[in-house]
Amino acid sequence: MEYEAVIGLEVHVELKTNAKAFCSCTTAFGGEPNTHVCPVCLGLPGVLPVINRRVVEFGLKTALALNCQVASFCKFDRKNYYYPDLPKNYQISQYDLPLARGGYLTINVDGKERVIGITRVHMEEDAGKLIHVDSPDGGYSLVDYNRTGVPLLEIVSEPDLRSPAEARAYMEKLRTILQYLDVSDCKMEEGSLRCDANVSVRPRGSQTFGTKTEVKNLNSFRSLQRALEYEIERQIAILESGGRVEQATMAWDESRNVTYVMRTKEEAQDYRYFPDPDLVPLEIDAAWIERVRRELPELPDARCRRLIEDYGLPAYDAGVITSSRDLADYFDRVVALYPDAKTVSNWLMGDFLRLLNAADLEPRQSPVPPEELASLLQLQKDGTISGKIAKQVLEEMFASGKGARQIVEEKGLVQISDEAALTRIVEEVLAANPSVVEDYRNGKEKALGYLVGQVMKATKGKANPSLVNRLLKERL
Amino acid sequence: MDLHNLTAHEVGDLLRRREVSAVEVTEAMLERIEVVDGRVRAFLTRTAEQALEQARAVDAARARGEDPGILAGVPMALKDNLCTEGVRTTCASRMLAEWIPPYDATVVNRLKKAGAVILGKLNMDEFAMGSSTENSSFFPTRNPWDLERVPGGSSGGSVAAVAAGEAYYTLGSDTGGSIRQPASFCGVVGMKPTYGRVSRYGLVAFASSLDQIGPVTRDVTDCALVLGVIAGHDPLDSTSADVPVPDYRATLWPDIKGLKIGIPREYFGTGIEPEVENVVRRAINKLEELGAVCEETSLPHTEYALPAYYLVAPAEASSNLARYDGVGFGLRVPGRDIVEMYMNTRSQGFGPEVKRRIMLGTYALSSGYYDACYLKALKVRTLILKDFENAFTKYDVLATPTSPTVAFRLGEKAGDPLAMYLSDLCTIPINMAGLPAISLPCGFSQGLPVGLQLIGKAFDEATLLRVAYAFEQATEYHRRRPELGVA
Amino acid sequence: MPITTAEVEHVALLARLKLSPEEKAAYTEQLNAILEYMDKLNALDTTDVEPTAHVLPLRNVFREDVVRPGLPREKALAGAPAASEGQFKVPRVV
Repeated sequence: MEYEAVIGLEVHVELKTNAKAFCSCTTAFGGEPNTHVCPVCLGLPGVLPVINRRVVEFGLKTALALNCQVASFCKFDRKNYYYPDLPKNYQISQYDLPLARGGYLTINVDGKERVIGITRVHMEEDAGKLIHVDSPDGGYSLVDYNRTGVPLLEIVSEPDLRSPAEARAYMEKLRTILQYLDVSDCKMEEGSLRCDANVSVRPRGSQTFGTKTEVKNLNSFRSLQRALEYEIERQIAILESGGRVEQATMAWDESRNVTYVMRTKEEAQDYRYFPDPDLVPLEIDAAWIERVRRELPELPDARCRRLIEDYGLPAYDAGVITSSRDLADYFDRVVALYPDAKTVSNWLMGDFLRLLNAADLEPRQSPVPPEELASLLQLQKDGTISGKIAKQVLEEMFASGKGARQIVEEKGLVQISDEAALTRIVEEVLAANPSVVEDYRNGKEKALGYLVGQVMKATKGKANPSLVNRLLKERL
Repeated sequence: MDLHNLTAHEVGDLLRRREVSAVEVTEAMLERIEVVDGRVRAFLTRTAEQALEQARAVDAARARGEDPGILAGVPMALKDNLCTEGVRTTCASRMLAEWIPPYDATVVNRLKKAGAVILGKLNMDEFAMGSSTENSSFFPTRNPWDLERVPGGSSGGSVAAVAAGEAYYTLGSDTGGSIRQPASFCGVVGMKPTYGRVSRYGLVAFASSLDQIGPVTRDVTDCALVLGVIAGHDPLDSTSADVPVPDYRATLWPDIKGLKIGIPREYFGTGIEPEVENVVRRAINKLEELGAVCEETSLPHTEYALPAYYLVAPAEASSNLARYDGVGFGLRVPGRDIVEMYMNTRSQGFGPEVKRRIMLGTYALSSGYYDACYLKALKVRTLILKDFENAFTKYDVLATPTSPTVAFRLGEKAGDPLAMYLSDLCTIPINMAGLPAISLPCGFSQGLPVGLQLIGKAFDEATLLRVAYAFEQATEYHRRRPELGVA
Repeated sequence: MPITTAEVEHVALLARLKLSPEEKAAYTEQLNAILEYMDKLNALDTTDVEPTAHVLPLRNVFREDVVRPGLPREKALAGAPAASEGQFKVPRVV
């Protein structure tokens, strides 16, 4: 039988506010353990939470960008469970009246566009960090509360995803949108973007859902995809052998590449949600929503359409460029100075991104500012340097941080367009390679390329290629 | 002169006229505590050194010609669920027996700024759960009027200390009557302000939607003065209302002519001791004599307040008290693994009444019972609130007994939780509605004090104080002091 | 519908309380007595009544997004029953 997967994702996003959600401690990542704490986030007796206004603002931005219906009235609830990373043994979250519901985003997998529903967006607080230490007497755990109380958004999708690849595309798209909104660092390796996946399988064409499992703590795009692949295979194998999938909470073991059961349905938690009496409800009126809507930046889908329509970029290029707000901003700045959009996109998608990735940098951190890339392209266009030299210069610019013109001048890389000088070299090359000349004259077109190469070699790549071509052809 | 028999404002006046120094008053109080506290047992922690230091600072300020305010230098004490930086705050629980907060409650901050001299921390029912102070994990406090009787609870220490002359005023907390019921039992003035009037930041939570800090004093003037210091908006408490605080002392005017007072008949129902009812009715007659228009009325949902309260309060408490787990602070009793450590710590750290309420509250919130228990109680709360709203369209103030009985004997109700809960019958509905109420001495039954409870509109403490002041001016009950077998 | 001992045990586990057999029996009995008393609430029809979670009509109470210093680490850990390497120490979790 053929099966299809049904996947829904619960994504947790740490918001990049200055202060925590309910107290005034810094949210800065890192720091010595337990140095970003106060009585409130330590949950000491007697303390009270007060919500940080910007948490709600960021939540609203995100909800609107995800096309959600914002609640006019929402409240905070307590989710009660015992765990040592949770100092109060309850998490302030939102239960039956979340910030927003009913949105969507679009993904593109293998050229197919799909709309993925978003069930809800709600605000909550993060927990602390546990480190487990082995020792002969069974070991112990250490708790660091620096992350405790950092604001989170939980974004829950509808079970609309049908493959691990779609799940990954959804997650990547969500990250892109969050980066455009500038509400989160979205660093999966630092835990500022995390994901749990609900997954079930069913015979293809069936309308009913199979029994689902929840796979927890997928901390990279790769582990999301691989854990889902594994879990789907596991569930299909159970069904194929006539078994039944047990409802359970699973964890992904990155090192062994398997999912394993953390908790079965029988052990399901009873969170005893109830309205947090220490926090008052939020009323979000139309004026507030409108203000946030007006402040939204251009979002990736709109920007992608703009690049296609205004610059005539191919959809593929526009997709790559707008997959990061940073890259798209960089693109816009280069194009403003050097309006040949396709050439810019070729350079960005090629050498520029290769060099950035090698150095593990974001476009905004690039040692080559957009103005300098534009001037490099200009030098190539006006014939001052060749395309090949331009690539060398870009590498040099990355390495040294110097400007394009400065490097070209310092290293004497100006293209040789002096016809008399080039003619001399061309004639030397022809004289030195009589057999190749013979080949060309006998119709072997490729021989020309070899001769061009020899001229370039003799000029250390500085010869103007079109001039070399013309001079060679004139003499052949 | 018996300094300990004075009121806070009387001592404040002496201090201002520099007839005594704050150090002298503080020393006299510390001595008084030495003499009587062995019998009353109001204090859990005494902070004599700190008190004297605070007193010296006030004297120094006055010597410089400053006027640090009427309460500056007047010795007081705090219920032991108010966090005090550097001074242990136990909630009368083994769980926090050694816990020293790294911060001050907002009210403590305000008091310190007003020049308070803090003598120490006062006994209570563990985590404020109880009506007799017998649930203290350390020892029970005695009623100064009869040492064989309870002072009431949960602010038993706060009230007994004022009644016994061990502090000029104290702060208590009131979740279901925990200031007013003991104030009534010990013949002092106790007020629960409107929910949101006084910041709860630094009050160790019992039931967050009901808890409120309030003054315990010897007379109404002191109540007005203390409320003026502790009331007001606090950005650290989301439920603290940003409502202006009047000068309460300036509103004390013994004129209540034409004021409309409603007498809800449900508060005189079954369980009330006939002599208590007589005393309270005579007090109401007194208010009429003073010109108030008193009229019987009805709050029909009163009988549902107690059962609803005993779902709402334990539910909130079960969550508020989850943090006592042996991880970050307080008691830890080791176990083989973390779950066993939690269970051992909580089973040995909490006393029976706290565990009972945690069980009840956990049950009320648990899956399958939420709608029938917790949600139902919140709906009933709406009905109770509406009763009061209706009544306050006709009346300025409501008058009732504070407690259906006088102080009962130690141990008398200890084995029967439900009987104990019923002693808060007259005070609980007011917490459910978040309204202000004051209990003031209005007479005696069997030689024991009886309290009159006045209930006001939200944020209208001023009218309550005015009615109470008019009554006080026309009577002498507030001047009586227990004998305690000493001068 | 009285609570059973099994339910008392389940609730005790949720609340992380270890009860002795005597406590279990006592709490079962007492909780039943209390809940029987609560039963009188069922006499009230509350179908169209809104719940009151907050008595005050307060809305939108915020703190601005400003960082303030917290506790020095020694103070944060001062009350901890066990600490090590600047962290709170607990029996090994999982």
